[in-house]
Amino acid sequence: MESTPISIQRVGLAFGQHQVLKDISLEIAPGEFFAFLGPSGSGKSTLLRLIAGFGPPPSGRVLIGRDDVTDLPPWKRNVGMVFQNYALWPHLSVRRNVAFGLEERRLPARLIREKVDAALQLVGLSELSDRRPSQLSGGQQQRVAIARTIVVEPRVLLLDEPLSNLDANLRVRMRRDIRELQRRLGITTIFVTHDQEEANTIADRMAVLNDGVLQQVGSPMELYDQPTNRFVAHFLGTANLIDGEVREEGEQRVFVGPGGLRLALDGPHPRQEQAIAMFRPQNLRIHAVDEADRPADGQIRGKVEHREFLGGLIRYSVLVAGLSIVVDDEHQRGRRSFEIGDDVDLWLDRAQIRILTS
Amino acid sequence: MRRIQWGPAGVGLSLALFLLIFLVIPIAKVVFVAFVDPYTGDFTLVNFQDFFATSLFRESFWNSLYVASMAVVLATIMAVPLAYFTTRFNFGGSVLIQTLGVIPLIMPPFVGAVAMQMLFGSNGSVNLLLDDWFGFTIPFMEGLNGVILVESIHYFPFILTNLSASLANIDRSLEESAQNLGCSGMRLFRRIVFPLAMPGYIAGASLVFLKVFDDLGTPLLLNVNNMLAPQAYLRITSIGITDPMGYVISVILVLFSIFSLWVSFLAFRGKDYSSVQKGGGGLLKRDLRLWEKAGAYAVIFVILSLVLAPHLGLLLLSFGTVWSFAVLPDGFTLEHYARVFESSYQYITNTLLYAGLAATIDVILGTAIAYVVWRTQIVGRKWLDYTATAALAVPGLVLGIGYLRTFFDFQLPWSGQPLATWWVILVIALSVRRLPYALRACVAALQQVSVTLEEAAENLGATKRRSVWRIVVPLMSGGILAGFVTSFATAAVELSATLMLVSQQSDAPLSYGIYVFMQSAAGRGPGAALGIVAVIIVGLGTYISHRVIERGKRQRDSGRVVAEVVPT
Repeated sequence: MESTPISIQRVGLAFGQHQVLKDISLEIAPGEFFAFLGPSGSGKSTLLRLIAGFGPPPSGRVLIGRDDVTDLPPWKRNVGMVFQNYALWPHLSVRRNVAFGLEERRLPARLIREKVDAALQLVGLSELSDRRPSQLSGGQQQRVAIARTIVVEPRVLLLDEPLSNLDANLRVRMRRDIRELQRRLGITTIFVTHDQEEANTIADRMAVLNDGVLQQVGSPMELYDQPTNRFVAHFLGTANLIDGEVREEGEQRVFVGPGGLRLALDGPHPRQEQAIAMFRPQNLRIHAVDEADRPADGQIRGKVEHREFLGGLIRYSVLVAGLSIVVDDEHQRGRRSFEIGDDVDLWLDRAQIRILTS
Repeated sequence: MRRIQWGPAGVGLSLALFLLIFLVIPIAKVVFVAFVDPYTGDFTLVNFQDFFATSLFRESFWNSLYVASMAVVLATIMAVPLAYFTTRFNFGGSVLIQTLGVIPLIMPPFVGAVAMQMLFGSNGSVNLLLDDWFGFTIPFMEGLNGVILVESIHYFPFILTNLSASLANIDRSLEESAQNLGCSGMRLFRRIVFPLAMPGYIAGASLVFLKVFDDLGTPLLLNVNNMLAPQAYLRITSIGITDPMGYVISVILVLFSIFSLWVSFLAFRGKDYSSVQKGGGGLLKRDLRLWEKAGAYAVIFVILSLVLAPHLGLLLLSFGTVWSFAVLPDGFTLEHYARVFESSYQYITNTLLYAGLAATIDVILGTAIAYVVWRTQIVGRKWLDYTATAALAVPGLVLGIGYLRTFFDFQLPWSGQPLATWWVILVIALSVRRLPYALRACVAALQQVSVTLEEAAENLGATKRRSVWRIVVPLMSGGILAGFVTSFATAAVELSATLMLVSQQSDAPLSYGIYVFMQSAAGRGPGAALGIVAVIIVGLGTYISHRVIERGKRQRDSGRVVAEVVPT
C-alpha cells in the first residue's frame, strides 16, 4: 500500500459563536503514526472528524496526498475511520459488516469474498465471521471495526480514541497490535487520545491541542523534555512551574522566583522579565537537613507538607518560599523516608531546568 | 455555503408541501370561513354572535363542556383506586388492572354505544332486573348521562396509565427521606406523593377531556344531538358546506383541543421527575389485610364489569335474534355475521385498504420527517415536526370539514367527481390524523440508532441515500412496524372524518358501516357483527405492536454495547 501525506492548512471551525478549532496547520508525513493529544473538549476529535468529512464545513484546506478534499462529502474521501464506539451495524453479521464498503464500491462478489477473508484473517477473526456484533467481546468488536476499515484500502487511517472502551490489560495489547498492523500496512495513521501514556507509547510524533489551539508538535520525548508552554509541560507528566525572572549576574544567569528563591542556570539564557522555570519531580534530590552545611548553590531548603507513596517512588510536596515543589524520591526497602513537617534540602540539577516564556 | 444537502432539502420541501396542502390549508380555510361574512366576504365576528345568540348552540356548548368535565370526573373515580392499588400495595390483581387498562382502548366508544343502550338503557337488562327486584330504575343512559358513561368507560385508561407511570417513577427513597425528616401519613402524601403524581394525572385527564369534547360518533349513535360536534356535523350535512355555523363550532373545538394539550404540556414542563430519580423502585409497598383485599377486589370487579359491558353487549347483540324489553336476546344466531360477510364485505375490504394505505403513508412520512428533523441541518426543519404534531389538536370532524371545503371545487379529470369525495382523500385524512403518533414512534426508533452507525457507512463510501437505506431504515424497522400497526388499528375505526368524507356506500369503511347499520333497530345485529370484526382488527393490531415493541427492547438490550448512543 502506498503511503499518503496529510496536510492541514489554516483550518478553523466554529459551532455557532463557539470557536472549536483555531487556525490549525499541520503536516503529517507519509507512513507516519501521528497522535492528536489533548483533554476532552480540546477539539482533537473534531479535527479528526473534519479530516473524514464529518461535521460542519471548516475554513482552511485539508489535503490528502495531492488532493484537496475540503469540499468532498465523506463517501468520496476514501479515508478510513475507526469510531470510538466501533459503530458496528448490529443488524449485520461480522462478514457483512466487513463487506459493506466493498459492496458500496460495486466489486464483484468473488473479489469481495477474498478480500473479506483476508481482512478477517489479518485481525484473527476468521472463526467468528458469522456472528452478530453483539455476540463479540469488546476487543473482538474493535478488531472487526479495524478490519471493516482497512479492507477498503483507505489512503489514511483515522482512529478516534479506539482503546477507551477496553479494559486496562486489553488496552496495552491492542495498542501493540494496532502499531504492528500499521507498520505492516505502512498506512499514514492519526490516533486521537486524551491519554498521554497511550500517545507516548504508540506515536512517532504527536500534536498537543487545548481549547482548539495547536500547542506543540513533536516526538513524544521532545515534547516531554522541551515543552514550549505551561500547558504542554503540565499535560505531559508532572512539572514544577515557577514564575519569576531571568537575571544576569556577571557571566552567570540566575532565575529569581518569589520569596527570594534563586536557581542558578546553565547555558546561554537571554534576560527575561517574565519567565517560567520548569523542572520535573525526578530532577530533584531530597535530603535530610545537614545543619553544619550552609545552603549551597542549587540547594533549596523547605518543609515536607504532603507525601504520597506510589510504590516505586515516594512523591513529596515540599513547601519552599511559599511554593509547593513536587519531588520524587526512589523507593527502596529500608531506605529513609520523610514525614510531614520534616525540614529537608532539595538539590536541583541545573542542566535540567528549562526556561519557558510566559 | 459549500456542501448544500440537496437530497434532504428536496425531501424536506416535499414533506412541507404535503403538510401545507393536507393540514395547514384545510384548517386555515375552516378558521377563515368562521370569521368571514358569508354574503359580503368581509372579516366579521358576526358568525360567533349568531352562534351565541342561538339557544340551541348555547345549550350544545354547555352540554359539551358538561359531558367532557363529567367524563373526566367519572374516569378519575374509576382510575384512581386502580392506580393506587398497583403502586401502593403488594397486590396479586395488578396484572388484572393492567389488562383493564387496555381492554377499553381496543373498542372505539361509538361501537359499544348501542350495546350499552341495550344493557343500561331505560329498557335495558340492568334496569329491567332492578325494576323486577327492587321496583326502581336508574337513568344510566338518559340523554347526556349515556354519553358520559360510555366515554368515561372508554377513556379512563388514559388517566390510569399516566397516573400509574407517575406513581411508579417516584422512588421510595423520596418517601423515606421525608420520613427520615419527620414527615408521615397524610402530610407525607400531601407534600410528597401528591405533587409528584400530579403531572401524570393532569396529562391523562386533559387527554380524556379532549377526546370526549371532540367525539362525534358516540353522541350521534346515542341520538344525543345537542352537543357541539353533532351540531357541526348536522349543520354541514343538512344545510351545506356554506353554512358558517359548522365552521364556528370547528374553531371552538380546535381551541378547546389546543387548550387541553397546553394544560397537559404545562403539567409536565420543568417536571421531568423521572430524570432526577433514575431507576425509581416505586413507592414503598405493603401487604393488604384480608378485608382490604376483599374491598380491592370488589372495586376491581365493579370496574371490570363496567369495562367489559360494551364488549359483552356487542357480542350478545351480534349473536342475538331479537332483543327488546328483555334481559337477554330471545335466541342466538350466526345470521348477522353471514349477512355482513355476504353483502357488506366491502366495508371490511375498504377498511383494510384505507387503513393499510394510511398507515403506509404515516410511516413513510414519519420516517422522513424524523430523519430530516434529527439528522440534517435544513433550516426550519423543526417546523415539520411542530406542524405534523399539531394535527393532534385537530378533531377528525374539523379535518373532514376542512377537506370538504378545500377540495370540493377540484374535480377528478377522469370522472368529474369532486376531489373531496374521492376515497383517496379519506385515506389522506386518516393518515394526517394518525401522523403525530406514527411520527413519535419513528423518532423514538431513529434515536435508538447512533449517528456513528450512519457515519461509519458514509466513511466506507456509502452516500447519504445509501446509508439511510442500508443502515438507518433496517435498524429502525421495529419502531416503524410498531408505528404502522398502531396507525392501522386506529385508522380502521376512525369515524368522525369518515362521516364527513364518505359520499357513497361502496367507498365506505367499517366504521361508517357500523354507524349506518346502528341507525335502525333491524340493523343492530349486523352492525354489532361488524363491530366485533372491528374489535378483532384493533385488538390484533394492538397485540402485534406490543409484541414488536417488546422484541425490539430485548434486542436493543442485548446489542447495547454496539449501538450505544453517543451524544453529539
